[in-house]
Amino acid sequence: MKARVIVTLKSGILDPQGKAIEGALRSLAIEGIKSVRQGKIFDIEIDAPDEERTRKALSEACERLLANTIVENYAIEIVRRP
Amino acid sequence: MKAAVIRFPGSNREQDAARALRLASGRAPAILWHAERDLPSGTDLVVLPGGFSYGDYLRCGAIAARSPIMQAVRAHAARGGLVLGVCNGFQILCEGGLLPGVLMRNAGLRFVCKMQFLRVENAQTRFTRAYTPGQVVKFAIAHGEGNFEVDEETLRRIEGEGQVAFRYCDASGRISDAANPNGSENAIAGIFNAAFNVLGLMPHPENLVDPLVGGVDGRPLFEALAAA
Repeated sequence: MKARVIVTLKSGILDPQGKAIEGALRSLAIEGIKSVRQGKIFDIEIDAPDEERTRKALSEACERLLANTIVENYAIEIVRRP
Repeated sequence: MKAAVIRFPGSNREQDAARALRLASGRAPAILWHAERDLPSGTDLVVLPGGFSYGDYLRCGAIAARSPIMQAVRAHAARGGLVLGVCNGFQILCEGGLLPGVLMRNAGLRFVCKMQFLRVENAQTRFTRAYTPGQVVKFAIAHGEGNFEVDEETLRRIEGEGQVAFRYCDASGRISDAANPNGSENAIAGIFNAAFNVLGLMPHPENLVDPLVGGVDGRPLFEALAAA
């Protein structure tokens, strides 16, 4: 099974990299940019019998390594074949 | 005092830490590869040195914190054994849950490499008792992710319990935004765990043990540990 894990900074946590990117986008005069927050994406292939167990394993992966839950949130998306 | 310095892939300050320990205690520490599962028997102090373990991949210290040796370091700390984490070592201790909080990207986005004044906030521990309370010392700092952040409740707790070891300050000991090199909350440069046997700090005391290289303000920390 394929899944995508998205890790983002919790709201209220200062994101200086996002701020710098936001400033750079403004300097490119791209219209309408209001704010930018930077995050991470992990595309993961996993051997698991079903979606539920995929989510369980990946939640554990997030809690134990992929995210620092003091400052980051995570979301798991199962990638379905078209 | 029997010390062990842990070397992770990407550590680069283990020899400096070993030298500081040798100067203070007259005894060379063991230098241990991170894939080991056990500390040498009778280890009193574990040092996690500075560097860029695993190239700072994922988050600084995140992968090193899950190394095999860290189980043994955790058990050592739980038994009351001493653990010192410097710079990347501090990041590893936070990532491994041995210290609260997290080290974020410097607020100014720049890697900061310079001499920095610090104020000793708690001089009653086995790490800091060779300093006087409020003493201003000069250590070197060299980091891109040293911005200490922690939730409000934990911040209140570590402040209330005297777990702040060092704060960034100016030459006269004053705390200000101008004297805070990375945006750390309450200008925190180093903290203890609740049992005061684990210390993590971003500045490098091991740099300042020889007058030839600019000062000896780091020496009392290693001398206190040598006598611990």
